[in-house]
Amino acid sequence: MAFFFFLFAIIALAGAVGVVVLRNPFYCVLALVVHLIALALLFLLLEAQFVAAAQIVVYAGAVMVLYVFVVAYVGGGDKPRPLWRASAKQRALAVGFGVALFIELAIALLGTGLQALSTHGAHVGLDYGSPGTIGAQLLTTYLFPFEVASFLLLAAAVGAVALAGRRGGLEDDDLPVAPEHGDFVAAPRSAATGTMAEGVAGYGITTPMPDPQQDDRELRETEPFERPLPETVEPPA
Amino acid sequence: MNVNWFLIVSALIFCLGAVGVLVRRNPLVVLLCLELMLNAGNLALIGFSRMWGGTDGQIFAIVVMVVAACEVTIGLGIVVALFRRRLPIDVDELRELQG
Repeated sequence: MAFFFFLFAIIALAGAVGVVVLRNPFYCVLALVVHLIALALLFLLLEAQFVAAAQIVVYAGAVMVLYVFVVAYVGGGDKPRPLWRASAKQRALAVGFGVALFIELAIALLGTGLQALSTHGAHVGLDYGSPGTIGAQLLTTYLFPFEVASFLLLAAAVGAVALAGRRGGLEDDDLPVAPEHGDFVAAPRSAATGTMAEGVAGYGITTPMPDPQQDDRELRETEPFERPLPETVEPPA
Repeated sequence: MNVNWFLIVSALIFCLGAVGVLVRRNPLVVLLCLELMLNAGNLALIGFSRMWGGTDGQIFAIVVMVVAACEVTIGLGIVVALFRRRLPIDVDELRELQG
């Protein structure tokens, strides 16, 4: 028990340190995944099975995938920004604040009147923290917070779409030219916009990706509307 | 293990997250550090719940998870909107709230 506690605690703390000090945001996200999994194992030590499972599925699964997508989309900046660009004074202030906060919290924890803190906790049955117990609580005692939480999630989803959605439709350059002959497949698009044709042509794999600024006009002019459709591949006999 | 140990770990993680929020400049990493702080709160809640032997603290932890998911969604939406408008992804240079 003690061995596992210290193992998981050290992993969790290492992950937290990694989030704070790593330079590349992508690595920060991965460090946070390690931290979250170690934290879920700590939850298991506290016999909170359902919360541990939810932590793995919701946090380390869904939320972190969202993070990875956004980091891949936004990128960490091409030029490496110095991590400690804040002045030395501000850095020292921040670290000092952190240390002061920890000392304060430690005083509060050690000087507390809660005697039960120095025990292993109350005796609990086998179904403590099981999905059944949590579900029964959620649907009886905490029904109202449960419903409010669902509304909060809905509001957040709508807000995210409103924030991150494209406003005003596509930009002019992204609009496909209206096909004249009803051939929607061959309608030219800007270069390097991730069309199926580009994927088939192997841009980025076998041939270098065309620069969207440079080759845009050229691609449009050299590819007429009446581009011959690729010949049908004979299915292997 | 005593519940105290879990609370100490939780306090350490919280302080690390707070330092990260103060020090880092990339809003994505600031959001990650906020996650650290919320998770430290979760660990403390579950530790207290174990101390009392009730499941109420675990329900609170689940609600905190829901709130964290909402916060992440909105925060990442703001970051994506910043990126679309070619604004710098740097909390030091984002000083005006007007679009």
